[in-house]
Amino acid sequence: MARIIVITSGKGGVGKTTTSAALAMGLALRGNRTAVIDFDVGLRNLDLIMGCERRVVYDFVNVINREANLNQALIRDKRCDNLYVLPASQTRDKEALTKEGVGTVLEELSQTFDYIVCDSPAGIEHGATMAMYFADDAIVVTNPEVSSVRDSDRMLGILSSKSRRAETNAEPIREFLLLTRYSPERVARGEMLSVDDVQEILSLELVGVIPESKAVLGASNAGVPVILDKESDAGQAYSDSVARYLGESVPHRFLEVEKKGFFSRLFGG
Amino acid sequence: MGLLDFFRSARPNKGTASVAKERLQILVAHDRAERHRPSYLPRLQREILEVIRKYVDVDMNAVSVNYEQDDQHEILELNIILPDGAQRA
Repeated sequence: MARIIVITSGKGGVGKTTTSAALAMGLALRGNRTAVIDFDVGLRNLDLIMGCERRVVYDFVNVINREANLNQALIRDKRCDNLYVLPASQTRDKEALTKEGVGTVLEELSQTFDYIVCDSPAGIEHGATMAMYFADDAIVVTNPEVSSVRDSDRMLGILSSKSRRAETNAEPIREFLLLTRYSPERVARGEMLSVDDVQEILSLELVGVIPESKAVLGASNAGVPVILDKESDAGQAYSDSVARYLGESVPHRFLEVEKKGFFSRLFGG
Repeated sequence: MGLLDFFRSARPNKGTASVAKERLQILVAHDRAERHRPSYLPRLQREILEVIRKYVDVDMNAVSVNYEQDDQHEILELNIILPDGAQRA
């Protein structure tokens, strides 16, 4: 049986797809058979971030409609044999993802995969509710910014009421906070909510803090999940987050302002 | 970071983050209270008001319905303000 993880946030542009790509790659690199699914019907983007946009033949909706089988639609990652991508459809019919259809596909994937990562679209519309409905775990991606924090809290409410686990009175979805675009410098200057602030407001288990990093745009430009950029702060922070998600106890990095020498402070660095 | 920032950073923190935190705490607490409230409350309030207005001429805002919840019990609190010298039937 696979563990189903939804990457959600409510607000758009906070890093859900970046996180889905990084987390799925991280899990796969550790030897887990992992599938990552794009639920953003009509605005497919996970394929671009994963760098497999030119290999898309069939998509999620084709599989639901039985126009293709799963093996035809799943794209095997070229860098990691354990990782497969199921792209979203570009159809404008948002209702194409039926609950039964999604359930059947997840059930079939569960037979052969260890982890299924569901990349949710922004908002609380159909695609987002479908992405979270079958989840066992939720990673709530949040920026240290008022609207993102508020939307994350809204999503927590929806997760606890409109999921399969909630409806069947099963054990509730495990919820984790992933703080992205974190800038320790701005936190130190009192311009940005700190990790502690956000955690105090949302009271969630913190799975990771990803620093604001040039590496993220670089990685998406190149179609390489940022976790593969092992030199980068963001890549390392994602690796740590994967370890924490899997239950390892890893100290948080990149939370403090890097100490600079006197001259670099004086002349900029 | 340049020369100016060097001196600026020596000043005590006086940022907007604390304002953000305060606003969020209030907002999130309010949202969560709303979330756990039974959906019949607005209708209940309207119907109670209608019944009372049959007997007493009370203001639309004279009835407040509060719902609170802790670990053990739920409290439904009704507060009706009767006008001075209300005519009783």
